[in-house]
Amino acid sequence: MNALRNRLAPLARSLPPSGIRRFFDMASTMKDVISLGVGEPDFVTPWHIRESGLHALERGVTSYTANAGIFELRQAIARYLDGYGTVYHPETEILVTVGGSEAIDLAIRVLAGPGDEVLIAEPAYVSYRPLVHLSGATPVSVPLRPENGFRLDAKDVRARITPRTKALILCNPNNPTGSVLNRAQLESIAQAVRDADIFVVVDEIYAELTYGQSHVSLPSLPGMQERTVLIGGLSKAYAMTGWRLGYAAAPDFILHAMLTVHQYTILCAPAAAQVAGIEALAHGGPAVLAMVAEYDARRHLITRGLNELGLSCALPQGAFYAFPDIRSTGLSSEQFAEELLVHGRVAVVPGNVFGDQGEGFVRCSYATSIGQIEQALERTRMMLSAGRD
Amino acid sequence: MSPTQRHELLVRLHDDAKLSITTLAAMMDVDSADVEATIAELEASGIIRGYCAVINWDRIERDRVRGIIEVKVAPQREVGFDAVARRIYQYPEVKDVTLVSGSYDLQVIVEGQRIQEVARFVSERLATIEHVQSTTTHFVLKTYKVDGVVLDDDGGEQRLVISP
Repeated sequence: MNALRNRLAPLARSLPPSGIRRFFDMASTMKDVISLGVGEPDFVTPWHIRESGLHALERGVTSYTANAGIFELRQAIARYLDGYGTVYHPETEILVTVGGSEAIDLAIRVLAGPGDEVLIAEPAYVSYRPLVHLSGATPVSVPLRPENGFRLDAKDVRARITPRTKALILCNPNNPTGSVLNRAQLESIAQAVRDADIFVVVDEIYAELTYGQSHVSLPSLPGMQERTVLIGGLSKAYAMTGWRLGYAAAPDFILHAMLTVHQYTILCAPAAAQVAGIEALAHGGPAVLAMVAEYDARRHLITRGLNELGLSCALPQGAFYAFPDIRSTGLSSEQFAEELLVHGRVAVVPGNVFGDQGEGFVRCSYATSIGQIEQALERTRMMLSAGRD
Repeated sequence: MSPTQRHELLVRLHDDAKLSITTLAAMMDVDSADVEATIAELEASGIIRGYCAVINWDRIERDRVRGIIEVKVAPQREVGFDAVARRIYQYPEVKDVTLVSGSYDLQVIVEGQRIQEVARFVSERLATIEHVQSTTTHFVLKTYKVDGVVLDDDGGEQRLVISP
C-alpha cells in the first residue's frame, strides 16, 4: 500500500494539507461547539431564488448548458459588473464557473507556469497558494501588515517584483481580515502592477458585503481591465454557497484560454443553479441589502465584544470576518484556537492558516446569529479569565 | 437617536424582544444609555405596547382553539366601524380585531379551549352586537408561520463546522 502511495504524482504528494483541516477534524468530534469558523452565510438562499431553481428542475432544465454558461446569465453578470464601471462582453469575456474557486484555479493555470513567480497578498484565502503550487509556479508572499490595517501596500508589491513575476493575486474585500482597499490604495497598487507589466487576479467575491463604503472594482481603474482576471460569484452575497456558482471576467484572450481548460475539466456549471443565478441577479437586491444590514449589526457586536475582552480588533470594513489580535494572550494562533476549542467550545480559525502574516490573529466569522455570537464571546471571556488564574 | 435609528431599534425589538440593552447598543454602534432612553420614550408614548414570546401552541397539549371570524358590519353615522370594533375588542376571548377591505369588514380572532366555546361566543356575543350583519367562522387547523416566524420547521445548522 505504502509503495503504491509513493507512486502518486510528486506534485500531489508535495501539496500540504490545509491548516483548516486539523481544526475541522477536532471540532467535528466535539459536542456543543459554537462555530465562528464558518466561511459562508448562515442565511439560506432567499426563497424566490430557490423557487426559480425548483422551477427550472420542473421544466426539465437538466442538460448541459453552453460551456461558458447560459448566455442570459452571462448577460446578467455583464450588467451587474457594468454597475462597478467595467464593460465586459458576455459573448467573449465572461465565464460561468463552479464557484469562485474554479475561476481562481483556471486563472492561475492559464497565467502562470514553471519558472514564474506569483505574488499573493497574505493573509489570504487558503486555496491561492496551493493552486499556484499546482501550476508549477512559485508563490511569493506579499505581506498585508497589521499596522496598515491589513491593507495591501503598493510598496510591498514593488519590493517583490522580479523579472520572473507573472501575476499578483489579491482578495478585496479580504478574507480573512475583513479589510477593504479604497480607491486611492487600489490606484497605487494598479500603478505598481502596470509599471511591472504583470497580470492581476482579483477575488471580489465579497464585493457586495461592504459597510459604509461602496466597493471599488480593480479592473475599473485605467489600464487595468486588460491585465486583470476578476473573480466573482453568487455564494456570499446571495447566500448560495452550495449551488456552486461563480464566474470570471477577463479580456477575451485570457478568458478563451480559461474556457478551454474549463471545457475539458468541468464542461459547464450546474444548469439549475445557473437559472437560479439569473433570478438572483435580477431580483435579489433587496434580500442582499437585508442580509448586509444584519451582518453590519453583528460586526459591531462582535468587534465591541472582542475589544472588551482585551483582544484588540479593528472594525471590519467588508466580508463577514473579524480578525482580532490575540498576541496579548502570549499564545500562538494555533494554541489560542485550540485552547478556545477545547476549553471554551468555540471554534475559530487560526490566522496562520491564511499565511504567515496571519500569525498572532484568529478569524472569527460573524455569519452566525446574535445569540451565538454573544454566547461565543461569553465562553471566550471565561476561557481567558480561567487562563489568568 | 435619529428617526432611522429609532426605526431600526423597533424592528430589532420586534424581531427579538429579549435582546439586552447592551447587545442592542453594540449592534447599532451607539451608547447603551441612548438605547435605554429611547426605549423608555417609545414605551411612554405608547408606540411600544408590550413584549411577548412567539409560541408554537401546536406543540403544547393543552386544549386551545382559534377561530378567525369574518364580520360584516353596517357602519354607523359619525363613528364608522370604530364603535362596533370597540364593542368587540372588549371581550377577553378576542385576541385580534382588524378592519379590512374586501367582502367583509372586521376580522376577529377569538380563542377558547373548545370549539363549542368559540362557536357559542360567536353566536351569543358577536352576532348579537348591534350593527353586526353577519359572521363567518373559520377554525384554525394548523399554524405555519406567525408574524414572520416559521413554526413548522426544525431549522438546525446545515453548515460544516469550519470552512475556508
